[in-house]
Amino acid sequence: MKISGAQLIIKLLERQGITQIAGMPGGANLPMYDALLDSDIKHVLVRHEQSAGFIAQGIARVTGKAAVCFASSGPAATNLITAIADAKLDSIPVVAITGQVPSAMLGTDAFQEIDTFGLMLPITKHNYLVHSIEELLEVIPEAFSIALSGRPGPVAIDIPKDIQNQMIDIQQWPEPGTAAPLAQPSSADIKQIKQMIESAQRPMLMVGAGVINADASEQLVQLAEQLDIPAVTTFLALSVFPHSHPLNMGMLGMHGTKATSIALEECDLLIGAGVRFDDRATGKISEFCPQASVIHIDIDKSEIGKLKIPTFAVNADIGSTLRELLQLMPSDNRIEWHARIQYLKAKHAIITPAHGRLSNPYCLLQQVAEIAGENTNVHTDVGQHQMWTAQVYPFNRPRQWSSSGGLGTMGYGLPAAIGSALAEPERMSLLFSGDGSILINIQELDTAVEHNLNLKIVLLNNRSLGLVRQQQTLFFKGNLSAINNRNAVNYAAVAQAMGASGFDLATAADPQATLQQALNTPGVVLINVPIDENEMVFPMVPPGAANKDLIEQQAC
Amino acid sequence: MSKRAVLELKVRNHPGTMSHVCGLFARRSYNMEGILCMPMADKKFSKIWLLVDEDKRLEQVILQTNKLIDVLAITEHAASHEIFEKLECFFNS
Repeated sequence: MKISGAQLIIKLLERQGITQIAGMPGGANLPMYDALLDSDIKHVLVRHEQSAGFIAQGIARVTGKAAVCFASSGPAATNLITAIADAKLDSIPVVAITGQVPSAMLGTDAFQEIDTFGLMLPITKHNYLVHSIEELLEVIPEAFSIALSGRPGPVAIDIPKDIQNQMIDIQQWPEPGTAAPLAQPSSADIKQIKQMIESAQRPMLMVGAGVINADASEQLVQLAEQLDIPAVTTFLALSVFPHSHPLNMGMLGMHGTKATSIALEECDLLIGAGVRFDDRATGKISEFCPQASVIHIDIDKSEIGKLKIPTFAVNADIGSTLRELLQLMPSDNRIEWHARIQYLKAKHAIITPAHGRLSNPYCLLQQVAEIAGENTNVHTDVGQHQMWTAQVYPFNRPRQWSSSGGLGTMGYGLPAAIGSALAEPERMSLLFSGDGSILINIQELDTAVEHNLNLKIVLLNNRSLGLVRQQQTLFFKGNLSAINNRNAVNYAAVAQAMGASGFDLATAADPQATLQQALNTPGVVLINVPIDENEMVFPMVPPGAANKDLIEQQAC
Repeated sequence: MSKRAVLELKVRNHPGTMSHVCGLFARRSYNMEGILCMPMADKKFSKIWLLVDEDKRLEQVILQTNKLIDVLAITEHAASHEIFEKLECFFNS
């Protein structure tokens, strides 16, 4: 069978099980778009290439499968960069395929030529510049295998236009790329963990997104229950535990509760499961868990000892490790420690004001969650609204939560929410955003409307870059610099102009009723919610400080 | 002069491998004092010899280098390894 390079690319993607691709055509990837017309793969045209990367992330985060984005050369490839870097820091399996100028013109500063290989190199797990049509047969399955194996991550493939146009005779198809088998814990590893847990009085679990990537959330919660061990979770792993679970203390770190901070000070054993001891989680690391021995279980060997030297480490599959521990360890009750944790949780809980007014972020989040129900995928952008959501949203299943953690990219939310709405149309795709973040990729409202997605955007609008305002208030003597959006956009009208439904609680006679009505309106909906600009996210650990030195609330 | 170590890398021999290795050292701010690279007898593979600083971050940078897809094996040698010593005459004339 004789086919073109472009047809070969599309066929190999079909064989990988890809059914949707987000992207934008341009001069250097036109052959791929021509071949796409003969495929069942659904293409989602974006209005900015950055969104193609985030839509792919949105799909990958809710499904756990690798997702694909397309862009042309030059400015299209540079536009993709932020979304791919974001996938690298949060370990998301994305395969980015870019067109490149023809091989003979490489290095001549040709029109829309840029060194995509060089640009993608430091922000991907691996990347390629394809040199021959035959290479595609190896590179594309290998890219998927790399993206999915071990600790997942993005892979970029740059393909010159002449290679897309060349012809090749295919006799036999390569096997689709899959995740490589994971390293398994030894019986000595399991025995050592068992022994350390048994001799601990006050053990704590620190749960990271590695648990979600290993599809081991259920086992982790089971182990916590069986051994009566409380848990803190990292920002990305919030949905591992059902929010109201008695052993779940919620997020640790910069905006974690004082209860987590005290419990981590007191614990004598910390079990880090699929975590990388990020600075936003640990605070000043030399003062993190000062009394504790540390067990670190992670699939990425380079994370072990990178920031926190463990007492004992297992570089193996967290799922197998948990299953073996579940089998080997009898159930336990830690009456004193359990009671202490419940006391701390109750004493330092985040209080939602009883007045219920929607201008209060916690009231708003609780009421949205109640109306939206459990069959949702929840997204945020980056800022105060993101931290409020992380603190109180009642998650109830793994992969329900999708947010930009490591890179902290404002603009992530809308395209990622589009991705999850495309991947799981039976669930409501819910996005909490801010007036700072939403404008960064607001053009994608047009994309969402085109596909008539079940997407609800709750815009927490304080007419400020709120988290910047907060840091200036707390750490720069209240000198506010460049944080106010004085030219107030009418976001409901913007949504309407782009074909979505727009609601504004600022002018609603009965905000609760309007919120209810808006969330029950089919299709793409944006709800503008005015939030007091003086609202801050508390507690807060000052950047660089130890978690125990958190600020509980603003001194009056 | 800071303490040195010599790293011997077996890598896949194709364009881009050197960029991946050099880029990793540069972005992790780890000093690379010398580099040699030649294809092996089996042209599918190359050897890269690196002369690097030996400080407390060396173990982490080796772990990171090990994660590069094109790097197949890493051996760590003491800085007194003859490979760079024998080449000194080409650089001091």
